Amino acid sequence: MIISNRLKNQHLLWRAAFGPMAENAASLDELSQKKLWALLLKSSAKEPVKIAVAQNLADGLYMGVMDAAKQNEATKAEQGRKKRQQSRDDLKSLNILWLQEMVNSEAQLREKMSLFWHGHFACRVINSFFQQELLHIIRTNALGNFGDMLKEVSKSPSMLQFLNNQQNKKGNPNENFAREVMELFTMGRGNYTENDIKEAARAFTGWGFNLQGEFVFRKNQHDTETKTILGKTGNFDGDDVLNILLDQPQTAVFITQKLYKYFVNETVDDKNLQWLSQRFYDNKYDIKKLLEDIYTSDWFYTQKNIGNKIKSPVELLAGIRRLLPLELDNDQSQLLFQKVLGQILFYPPNVAGWPGGRTWIDSSTLMVRLQIPQVLAAKESFTIRAKNDDDVNMGQMTEQQQRINKNKIYVSRGASANIDWAPVIKIFEKDKRENLLQKIADTLLQSPSSIDTKLLEKYIATDSRENFIKTAIIQLMTTPEYQLC
Amino acid sequence: MIIKRKEFLQIGSLATASVMLPKFLQAFEKKNMVPPGNKVVVVIQFSGGNDGLNTVIPISNDIYYKSRPKLGITKEKALGLTGDVGLNPALEAFKGFYDDGSLAILNSVGYPNPDRSHFRSMDIWHSASASNEYLYTGWLGRYLDAQCKGCDKPTQALEIDDILSLALKGNEKNGLAFTDPRRLYSSSNERFYKEINASHQSSGESVDYLYKTMSETLSSADYIFKQSKLNPSTGIYPNTDLGKNLKTISSLILSDINTKVYYVSLGSFDTHVNQEAQQKRLFTELNDAVKAFTTDLKKNNRFDDVLMMTFSEFGRRVSQNASNGTDHGTANNMFFISGGLKQKGVLNDMPDLSDLNDGDLKHKVDFKNVYATVLNKWLGSDDKTILGKQYDYLKFI
Repeated sequence: MIISNRLKNQHLLWRAAFGPMAENAASLDELSQKKLWALLLKSSAKEPVKIAVAQNLADGLYMGVMDAAKQNEATKAEQGRKKRQQSRDDLKSLNILWLQEMVNSEAQLREKMSLFWHGHFACRVINSFFQQELLHIIRTNALGNFGDMLKEVSKSPSMLQFLNNQQNKKGNPNENFAREVMELFTMGRGNYTENDIKEAARAFTGWGFNLQGEFVFRKNQHDTETKTILGKTGNFDGDDVLNILLDQPQTAVFITQKLYKYFVNETVDDKNLQWLSQRFYDNKYDIKKLLEDIYTSDWFYTQKNIGNKIKSPVELLAGIRRLLPLELDNDQSQLLFQKVLGQILFYPPNVAGWPGGRTWIDSSTLMVRLQIPQVLAAKESFTIRAKNDDDVNMGQMTEQQQRINKNKIYVSRGASANIDWAPVIKIFEKDKRENLLQKIADTLLQSPSSIDTKLLEKYIATDSRENFIKTAIIQLMTTPEYQLC
Repeated sequence: MIIKRKEFLQIGSLATASVMLPKFLQAFEKKNMVPPGNKVVVVIQFSGGNDGLNTVIPISNDIYYKSRPKLGITKEKALGLTGDVGLNPALEAFKGFYDDGSLAILNSVGYPNPDRSHFRSMDIWHSASASNEYLYTGWLGRYLDAQCKGCDKPTQALEIDDILSLALKGNEKNGLAFTDPRRLYSSSNERFYKEINASHQSSGESVDYLYKTMSETLSSADYIFKQSKLNPSTGIYPNTDLGKNLKTISSLILSDINTKVYYVSLGSFDTHVNQEAQQKRLFTELNDAVKAFTTDLKKNNRFDDVLMMTFSEFGRRVSQNASNGTDHGTANNMFFISGGLKQKGVLNDMPDLSDLNDGDLKHKVDFKNVYATVLNKWLGSDDKTILGKQYDYLKFI
């Protein structure tokens, strides 16, 4: 099977970014992958601007110490409840604003990598200020050095709180932080002993944060005795432990493997993994170089690595919005979709992050995924009834009314949209009528499976070229194939 | 007449199901009917961490009243079961179940190294994992894996909700979540879905997996809807979410559906503030819905075949907090309701309030022993494979 240049470019855009956007989808026939990769790198070169929803810790969750002291217990509890509610609302804003970046930002590579790291350094605390700061650490370092990011994340109040390191004190250690740093953030299970965890936990004693949300090292809580970790002995502190973990080639293997499963293929090719992880280690954990190794390799563009990945809910939503520029009736409806599809940003299922792959799919989530394009387009006025005339039970209702009715649980919550079709129609301006459907399918689908075009045509409007393109796109997005990239 | 109609519907349902199945899957389809007398489990989840000590109340324990000067429920108000044990006043029907021998109470259920985070502890209960182990499948999902090898419709485990819980996710099979059989049917009954499904040709693992799930969903939706109309419950249920959900479950239990496990949730029990009113409201909803459900099952002679079990991700601290509420705790009690219990009443000692772990109850029974018991003795399945380990069985069923 010949893999077209367009398919390869779209492959790169779906994996390294959130899919092709309307404005540049037409140019993907000609561009080379090396050129496209260079463009992706260049447009993500700038430092990101912080997405800010909470100004300071008081906005986030905690009130100042002085305020707290003045209040009696009952008002304190009431205040606490209000703060938590405010924090949850701020997290919703943070979610929508970040999703907006994934859709619209030109720094596609950076935002996509940030989503990956957001799942890798999974953290679930309701303090919106903490979450905002952690996200900024991740977006800033997403293409930088893994070791730097690991150290900054490990010192973030978000992670210290989530993994209970505030409770990790000399003589009374809490091992949660040390365990997860080794098991999930660096080496992976089976590469260290329980004793290594115990000793590392002692080295992390005293790492915490203050009421201003800043990292503090509490010397009096730190265990200054000698520790032995992964065969090395010394009076280690937390930074030393992280350096010891980064010294282990296994950390490079573990991170590369996770990245490979996420961006290339759930079935890992051992030869590729070995080559990539060795270079990642030799390049001192330079993330950009690792990505370059992947995205400029020939094997990345072979059939077995294309169109076999199940899009995560966030990738699906962002991907639709990149191809179909649109304005939702209510932006908050995106949270509803995240919830029913099982991926709410800032609410990973646990510290191990979203497992991905097939776990995204069950009966309920698949049917909602198929419904989403229909919901978005519910208020469109196109009609395909002419080809669908045995659907008589709907009586006198227009198709538009039927679509709204059928999808009313979502439409009533603001999930339908005004779609800006002009740039979408323009993608196909040079395509002849007889090739049009094939071209639209080739632009939308990465999957090796092909949908019967005769069958599809029954569900596509033929009254105008515009309506043909619109209905073809909505219908193609309503397929299992569109769930893959 | 009724029998004829039933037969017609079944044949109808199987016929459409095979038409809808893509060719590459048709070989797997087989008839999977369940004989009457079929044992069924209904899991009722109390989301948010229900306060067990104000549910099953230690009415003769001074420590309880000292720890809860405002929140403690007096001996007079509690519905006395024994001299030492009372039920929350809102659970009047449960007192009736106790009196007629269809209620069992298991105290101090939990797990080692308890986690006080809602979602983490719920994950542990759903996946039946150890507290430092992350599993992405649930105990009922793995039951489904074992039960539904090669079957075309994973309807052995159903959740009445919009979102499928981790508990019902398996490695190979997932349970199905819906709130209303009619809505499930109408959302999947799209000619487009059926046609692309029928014309799909095997072309790669991921895409085949999606089509397989779609195919199972379409045939399950069809099957569930038809079954729900076969012999719909005529019982009178309260107009609450739980009432409606239990009525849906009843209509399915009274049909010929092959479902063995139903799953519903009630909440939120996260009573940090003003606990009394919130718990009362939820327990009233629970009490009235379960009462109607039980009456319905008895009338149809199915009460002996149905086991209801309740659980929550954790109990709450022994001492009340400063806002007339309670904070996250550890071990908790579970209710079992059925006409087919072998042991009834209060199954074990009330929690020992003088032996606490940092203000929290110590667990005496691992919830995985309960799962093993239900899986093995009620559902007749291989609990060791499903739970990954052999747990001792309890004797209440």
